[in-house]
Amino acid sequence: MKPPPFQYHDPKTVAEAVGLLGTLDNAKLLAGGQSLMPMLNMRFVLPDHVIDLNRVDGLSYIKENGGTLEIGAMTRQRDVEFSDLVRAKCPLLHQAIMHIGHRQTRNRGTIGGSLCHLDPAAELVSVAMAMDATVVVSGPNGQREIKFADFPAGYLTPSIELNEIVTAVRLPLWPAGHKSAFVEFSRRHGDFAIVSAAALLAIDGGKIARASVTIGGVAVAPVRATDVEKQITGQAPSSDLFRKACESCRSIEAMSDIHASADYRQHLAAVLSRRALEKAAGLAENAPWNRKH
Amino acid sequence: MSEKRAITVTVNGTKYERKEVPVRITLADFIRYDLGLTGTHLGCEHGVCGACTILLDGKSARSCLMLAVQADGHEILTVEGIAPSEDKLHPLQEAFRDNHGLQCGFCTPGMLTTLLEFLRDNPDPTEQEVRIAISGNLCRCTGYQGIVLAALDAAKRMRATPA
Ligand code: FES
Ligand code: FES
Repeated sequence: MKPPPFQYHDPKTVAEAVGLLGTLDNAKLLAGGQSLMPMLNMRFVLPDHVIDLNRVDGLSYIKENGGTLEIGAMTRQRDVEFSDLVRAKCPLLHQAIMHIGHRQTRNRGTIGGSLCHLDPAAELVSVAMAMDATVVVSGPNGQREIKFADFPAGYLTPSIELNEIVTAVRLPLWPAGHKSAFVEFSRRHGDFAIVSAAALLAIDGGKIARASVTIGGVAVAPVRATDVEKQITGQAPSSDLFRKACESCRSIEAMSDIHASADYRQHLAAVLSRRALEKAAGLAENAPWNRKH
Repeated sequence: MSEKRAITVTVNGTKYERKEVPVRITLADFIRYDLGLTGTHLGCEHGVCGACTILLDGKSARSCLMLAVQADGHEILTVEGIAPSEDKLHPLQEAFRDNHGLQCGFCTPGMLTTLLEFLRDNPDPTEQEVRIAISGNLCRCTGYQGIVLAALDAAKRMRATPA
């Protein structure tokens, strides 16, 4: 048996789960298990209690509400991948999902689990940042909402209380016809990205009316390239414009680890943000890096 | 002391009731040690190699990343349940045999379960799609070429004789 000993709880409601969190010490929430289970098997975490959310009712859904896409925290990545609603209304999310792990892991992995695990390179975390998402959290005093920009408190640490549970994420939708792209660099298909870039563009009368550019994997949480966004807004999209603007990504503060140096991450940030913008704007059809997956 | 629970799982069509399952045992270890179905292999035990892939309610999952208690009330298919009978192989298995889709066979259970789901959802895949489908399954022997050929051949055989 690999995981360390723990007591197992499988609440049926959010209220029950919140109650358990409030009374049990050193408890861990188990969602899709694609991060927590390896950590248990390797004994990187030693919880006294595991609270399994897989039998909690009502946390798995995808719905649209007045211009906002709301996804329940226990919705499997697979269900997002195959959702026509997501594909039609939030193509960036669909594009990003295709980079997450493999079919076997997407079948189990959840939206809420990925957001709370907050891996710096996680695709869903980048999408939430790119879309100015809101996280819905339940605690003993009811529900509250946290802007995603305020959600990461540090490395692998969301800014929620110990007795709170993420129940949903809300993504404010961009106007119909907007453009988006998600690109990343990893050593092998399905590996963690070393750096990723997400781009959203609303183009009106040949000019960029609104832009969102997010770089994942460079810092403890994804960062918005606000300089790039400012430089390209109001301009006509072109490779030249994007190339110049994205140079500013070389000054994003980047981390260094066994996979890549800070310098290299900054270089990738500049290259990938440019590629994401080109791809979103339809300027990358024949680019050698733009292989069909 | 680890807590224990009673669970009921259906594996390859057979219902198993177990009264005392330690809550911390992984589904993979439960399948191997408790049920004695050792066809499900464990390569890494942390979700990287894909050897332990099973189908949970028809969907592929890594059994090393689930607790046995989480499978309570669910249906599981392991590699032992793929062949239609004792003396007949599934077309996917025949294609593996005929295309040198395995050498040592360690990765094969995971390859077969993964491809079973994949070919059900995508009966006529391209080579690139097959390669992406098995990108979560590591093989240290074949260099994948035979496996990809086997998958494409299996797709053809399965289209000719739909199950
Ligand atoms: S043993 Fe489960 S993925 Fe390797
Ligand atoms: S056949 Fe030996 S690992 Fe694949």
